[in-house]
Amino acid sequence: MSIHSERKIFGRLQVVLPFLVAGCAGRQSALDPAGQEAAEVYHLSVVMVIGGGIIWLTVIGLLTHACRRRRSAWSEEGAGRLIAWGGVAFPVIVLFALLVYTVWLMPSIRPWLGRAVAEPDRIQVIGEQFWWRVRYPAEEGLAGFETANEIRLPVGERVVFSLRADDVIHSFWIPSLGGKMDMIPGRTNVLSLLPTKTGVFRAPCAEFCGVSHAYMAFSVVVMERNAFDDWRRKQASGNRPEGSKGERLFTHHGCVGCHSVRGTTPIAGLGPDLTHFADRSTVGAGTLANTRKNIERFIRDPSAIKPGAKMPAFDMVPPGDIAAISGYLAGLR
Amino acid sequence: MRLIPKEIESLWTLFTAPTIWAVHFLVCYVLVAVYCEKAAAAGFTFAQMRLVLVLITLLALAGIALSAWLAWRQWGFGSGDPPHDAPTQEDRLLFQGFATLLLSGLSFVSVVFVAVPLFFIETCQP
Ligand code: HEC
Ligand SMILES: [Cu+2]
Repeated sequence: MSIHSERKIFGRLQVVLPFLVAGCAGRQSALDPAGQEAAEVYHLSVVMVIGGGIIWLTVIGLLTHACRRRRSAWSEEGAGRLIAWGGVAFPVIVLFALLVYTVWLMPSIRPWLGRAVAEPDRIQVIGEQFWWRVRYPAEEGLAGFETANEIRLPVGERVVFSLRADDVIHSFWIPSLGGKMDMIPGRTNVLSLLPTKTGVFRAPCAEFCGVSHAYMAFSVVVMERNAFDDWRRKQASGNRPEGSKGERLFTHHGCVGCHSVRGTTPIAGLGPDLTHFADRSTVGAGTLANTRKNIERFIRDPSAIKPGAKMPAFDMVPPGDIAAISGYLAGLR
Repeated sequence: MRLIPKEIESLWTLFTAPTIWAVHFLVCYVLVAVYCEKAAAAGFTFAQMRLVLVLITLLALAGIALSAWLAWRQWGFGSGDPPHDAPTQEDRLLFQGFATLLLSGLSFVSVVFVAVPLFFIETCQP
């Protein structure tokens, strides 16, 4: 290989490597756990990788040993012993140890106390093409409420999710916290998680569910109990009509047929709840950053951004109206 | 008259151990599943059922050990080396004995593996 091309590859590696390594940390990584279940899975993976590495090195070592130039033949008895110990006894013992370890680990990876929590006290998450309906239960005098594409959790407290689907199979997975578990139409699956660090995480749909499957994600915000209580109280009390032009147009153009802004519009359930939409970080279930420009783009033609999205295009609405509606949504705090 | 004939010219003995493994597997899973579904109506506790499964496991292991011993005997306690591939009556018997012995070993290990959760599981999943 010429120095030139070597340099080229090296140069490329320098560009690519930070991205590869960056993939191991942060908002959507099972290798950077922020929850108890994810940490257990991470430990299991580390044990498996190290164990697998040692076995691989041993096998390759034996192989190179067997390929040496000057070697004396083994006796048949010696070879038989090697096969019996290395090929039968060793795998049986290793597999037995691994089995005991994983079976012992199972209750902490998938706590089954989830079902001990009554259905009305669980956070319900319903997979829809291609977004997430989220219902929080009523709690200590605060009403329950519906939101979408975002889940907020208090740090250090175990939560239980009821997972369902309305149309096709989706899968619920918060790599940083734990999971995954499928959401199956006609079934309720229960998943329990314990977040251990505050932060914002990304959770992609983990089961192919249609053309915009890759554009179906939600954000998870793990916060301190106080901040969570504030958020919860705000969500439970909804919004108050503000009488703005954007608010009027939101009703006028029929958005209220599918979207609720609780406290302001009649309840509608075909699309994601938009009550405190400005507090969410994304538009279109994790697809775009939540900016006014992106809200406008999304309203004008959702399918241009998410193929097959179940919201009609509003490109016939005058740009001024769309801008006013976007301004209204971007102010829903 | 012997209780167990010295040589059995049948392929069925070959399958004894794997069959015990399969039946043990089914009994473990079906019993736990049915018990947990009907726990309220059952007249015994989970711990008692677990004990029964441990006994069934020991019985299965004993059965497999017996099958292994018979196979070992048929194989002449290892007097000749495999492969027993001569077209003779004798080699056929030795080959079958050896194959049955290996299958018994596999089944023994498998039954032990299947039984591992018994030592960890404490209740039905609510
Ligand atoms: C036929 C029902 C329907 C109508 C009418 C409708 N939408 Fe939607 N809307 C949806 C659905 C379904 C989605 C989810 C799309 C997806 O992400 O796959 C959605 C998503 C959105 C989102 C993104 C929400 C989020 O959490 O990311 C915004 C913003 C939005 N709609 C605004 C509007 C506005 C403004 C109007 C009126 C001009 C409108 N919608 C009319 C069904 C509708
Ligand atoms: Cu999906």
